Amino acid sequence: MKKLINAPENIVREALAGMAAAHPDLLRVHVDPDYIARADAPVRGKVALVSGGGSGHEPLHGGFVGDGMLDAACPGAIFTSPVPDQMLAAARAVHGDAGILFIVKNYTGDVMNFELAAELAAAEGIPVASVVTNDDVAVRDSLYTAGRRGVGVTVLVEKIAGAAARAGADLATCQRIAEKVNAQGRSMGMALTSCTVPHVGRPTFDLPDDQMEIGIGIHGEPGRTRQQLASAAAIAELLARPILEDLPFQRGDQVLAFVNGMGGTPLIELYVMYHELSKILAGEGITISRSLVGNYITSLEMAGCSFTLLKLDEELTRLWDAPVLTPALRWGI
Amino acid sequence: MQIESDCVLKFLEVVAARIKEQRDYLTELDAAIGDADHGVNLDRGFSAVMSKLPTLTGRDIGSILRTVGTTLVSTVGGASGPLYGTAFIRAGAAAADRFQLDPYEFVVVLEAALRGIETRGKATRGEKTMLDAIAPFVETLKAGVEANEDPLIALRKAVAACEEGMRATIPMLATKGRASYLGERSIGHQDPGATSAYLMARAMLDVVEERNAE
Repeated sequence: MKKLINAPENIVREALAGMAAAHPDLLRVHVDPDYIARADAPVRGKVALVSGGGSGHEPLHGGFVGDGMLDAACPGAIFTSPVPDQMLAAARAVHGDAGILFIVKNYTGDVMNFELAAELAAAEGIPVASVVTNDDVAVRDSLYTAGRRGVGVTVLVEKIAGAAARAGADLATCQRIAEKVNAQGRSMGMALTSCTVPHVGRPTFDLPDDQMEIGIGIHGEPGRTRQQLASAAAIAELLARPILEDLPFQRGDQVLAFVNGMGGTPLIELYVMYHELSKILAGEGITISRSLVGNYITSLEMAGCSFTLLKLDEELTRLWDAPVLTPALRWGI
Repeated sequence: MQIESDCVLKFLEVVAARIKEQRDYLTELDAAIGDADHGVNLDRGFSAVMSKLPTLTGRDIGSILRTVGTTLVSTVGGASGPLYGTAFIRAGAAAADRFQLDPYEFVVVLEAALRGIETRGKATRGEKTMLDAIAPFVETLKAGVEANEDPLIALRKAVAACEEGMRATIPMLATKGRASYLGERSIGHQDPGATSAYLMARAMLDVVEERNAE
């Protein structure tokens, strides 16, 4: 393992200290329990958005704390959901008397810990609504499973619901919009290499040089299939087709196309993938009206990418375009 | 067989030590079907429990177990934090104000823990989770105690059933937790949660046997 760390057990706290030092104008870091809150929290009368999850997916979620997006983020240990103490402390710190929206990725641990936190917050008289993202089409959805994973769409939910909250929407409206984004978004990812979890010290899975994992998760959990490495064009087909079929996306749709890097893939390759995706969508008569390309929901240094498509309407487009000022996403301010 | 407060404290010490020993093994099992953090997370939680142990000496069993539960919820994270945390909190409620448990009461306390895990995880047996080890453990112990078996023999049988339940997770298809995302590829791997549950059951037996020998 070659990493820029002092000791695996200190990596999250030291990264938090670094974030606090790098962005004093945007956010404040609280340690024990750990959470990141926007510098001017609580914003009176505004619904506060709180998200969180295991660390190792940076910039998710701490990088999206700021004006127009999240009010607080709770970083767990690497790839481990945060604990209810963190969410409760964050909720107290950012509650502006308009309620809290929890944005939760659909992983059993995240769901259970946020559920516990919501119960504790409600007991303190803080109204909490939750949205659970589950956009990963690589996972079969059924009544008998934990359901699909929440991945790339989480970033879009945080931005769009964050804009709604900033514009003064109430808790129920923010929740409705967050759920709409989740319902209209689909994702799928792949990996060229494994990541290495610092406290484990070696790659989570072995992937021969000529192989790739399709349908990968963001925690180094193996994908659903392993196959021969293919060209960017062929990989784009493997990712885009299941997404297009699932909603389904149709001719005439306007979409936000999001090509996300897993942390270890250079931007030049992500743009190659974006090019391939845009050709596929053009062939289907689907218009890309908004785009996002870069490393936004990562898996440590895993090489690979994911595609997320979000069907846009006037409401979602307007909220996407609204100003945002966070460490990792900023425009219009 | 009576379970006393200091026996519970000893059990916690043994569990914490075994989890530490088996940390990498549990993490390895988790890497195959999950996210490679089960051992590390439990070790963090039980290390926090160990640091609270001195304040628990002389307290009733209910208070001890409740403190363990809230400590685990506050430090473990993932799914195992709320699941084991809820188990200990519910067990603590069932043992409130008790300094000693007879075998029947011990079964009631364990059943409360089992129900807590079922409710929190919305899981049942056969889904490749810790329940597949814990449920046969509690049920076998209960059957033995109700049949007036020697409690120590009943506990030994229960731990054997727990181990069997743990091994039975190997061929199972996961439908709960992160392993479920692998679908068919989850088959052939022993569940890390069932394994940590077995470690705890085994620790319980070892502590009781040691007390009995004294």
